[in-house]
Amino acid sequence: MSDPILELSAVHTDIAQYHILQGVDLTVPRGGVTMLLGRNGVGKTTTLRTIIGHWQARSGSLRFNGTDITSMPTPARARAGIGFVPEDMGIFSDLTVEENMILAAASGPLDPARMQWIFRAFPPLKTFWRAEAGNLSGGQKQMLSIARAMAEERKLYLIDEPTKGLAPAIISTMASALRDLKAKGASILLVEQNFAVAKALGDTAAVMDDGRIVWAGEMAELASDAALQDRLMGLSMEAH
Amino acid sequence: MTTAAPDHAPKYAQLSLPDRIGKAMPLLLVPVLVVLGFLSIGSTSSWLTLTVSGLAMGMMIFIMASGLTLVFGLMDVINFGHGAFISVGAYVGISALLALESWTGVPSLLLNVAAVLAAAIAAMCVTGALGWGFERVIVRPVYGAHLKQILVTVGGLIVIEQLIHVVWGPDEIFLTRPEMLKGAVTFAGAAIEKYRLLAVIFGLALFVAMRLVLKRTKIGLIVRAGVQNGEMVEALGYRLRLVFIGVFIAGSALAGLGGVMWGLYQEVITAGMGEEMMILVFIVVIIGGLGSVEGAFIGALLVGLLQNYVAFLEPKLALISNIALMTAVLMWRPQGMMPVVKAK
Repeated sequence: MSDPILELSAVHTDIAQYHILQGVDLTVPRGGVTMLLGRNGVGKTTTLRTIIGHWQARSGSLRFNGTDITSMPTPARARAGIGFVPEDMGIFSDLTVEENMILAAASGPLDPARMQWIFRAFPPLKTFWRAEAGNLSGGQKQMLSIARAMAEERKLYLIDEPTKGLAPAIISTMASALRDLKAKGASILLVEQNFAVAKALGDTAAVMDDGRIVWAGEMAELASDAALQDRLMGLSMEAH
Repeated sequence: MTTAAPDHAPKYAQLSLPDRIGKAMPLLLVPVLVVLGFLSIGSTSSWLTLTVSGLAMGMMIFIMASGLTLVFGLMDVINFGHGAFISVGAYVGISALLALESWTGVPSLLLNVAAVLAAAIAAMCVTGALGWGFERVIVRPVYGAHLKQILVTVGGLIVIEQLIHVVWGPDEIFLTRPEMLKGAVTFAGAAIEKYRLLAVIFGLALFVAMRLVLKRTKIGLIVRAGVQNGEMVEALGYRLRLVFIGVFIAGSALAGLGGVMWGLYQEVITAGMGEEMMILVFIVVIIGGLGSVEGAFIGALLVGLLQNYVAFLEPKLALISNIALMTAVLMWRPQGMMPVVKAK
């Protein structure tokens, strides 16, 4: 196996007086989609926020693309090539779609070729280019959130529940865009509760429980074993 | 070529008329107040004089408040020390004007305005530098702790006021405006002070410039986005700390500019003038909506106009008019008129 894009070793993260991550060991291979799965409240979002630096790990180490990023501030991690799509989408609602995208291109002007690719993936963004982002529908906001991460080439995308609360047709658009991103060779760490999406996109998977990774392996293996799903997550994902 | 949205993409629904009026209401408040003032005062000349005076006062309060609202919005910092920058700005600016007596004492509009501009630049440089030091020494150790912020920034305010006493002496300083800015022009039977007109023009120009910077430049975009969601701005690769320091320095410099203008308006300066202005400045920031420059602008105009109208109509109520305004606005819109940041 080639060197991984991201490695977390024995990462512990506290939020106020709560010990959330209790020794996370996670390896994200270079290229492809790694699903981060588990029940609500087991630490999936905290793991992503620790990787981008919104929460600082109390102990343990994080290596990204061969570099130790454990003590790096968030902007440096982003500039190193990590894109982040938070669960709440993090849209700047008073800014227009265009302004949101201009901000997303931190290193310079928007690349027209890349924008064409984004518009093909998310046509409503072109339609509502000059509209205030706060006026978009939930699905359109999620498209903008992912498009922002795609505005510049990133080595790793951290995406937190992109299909949460969306209509099936929008989920299909979202899955198609992520597949496109994957086809371009991107590495994606994806938190997702929708099993159909997880199964369709995931190459590898890691399952969390109580602030730790309790299982890691091929997504296909997890998807085909209902008993394993039940043991790891307390339910069969097929029934989800 | 426009790419059509796919069939499943939800379309915009036209806002209903009441919703549209609701959104535009804050913008209508100033003209409504001006009309109400006209109807209550009766005399056109008195109304015109009071309106220009109120607008001038509002512009100066806006200049002082604009930096504070951005500082609060960006980093959730409550800076009571902002008043010190107003006082220091006034003292530095007036000292510069006194040094430029050869420009201020001659009846030349060009030289007089140049002297005021030079005083404003000197005040902004000194208060900007002071703001930089204040952020490093006093504010930085207390990020995220509101109670400590209040305590240390009030402490900083007191120390700076005492330092003003040490440098310039404890007595108030009276001053006279430059020759061509003294007196009034008569328009429609109303006497309008020349300096107030200049203050209105200057304030408007500054508001337009600030809007251009905030709307048309990338740094402006970062500031506006940072006020809404600083964490996400950092996740896009921007060092919000540096942006915040820049905004803190700019806000301090604007407070200094406001101090010079207020000193010239009142024709007297004291070490405590900034502290006294902070009540109005906070009212403006709160009713405008935290983090909103446009809200602060409208709020400042409302405060300036209301204070002038009420002082004319019912002088005993002038002192409480702005508190009443704040109470009314907060009962109507608890987050302020145009909030960018949700109250924490």
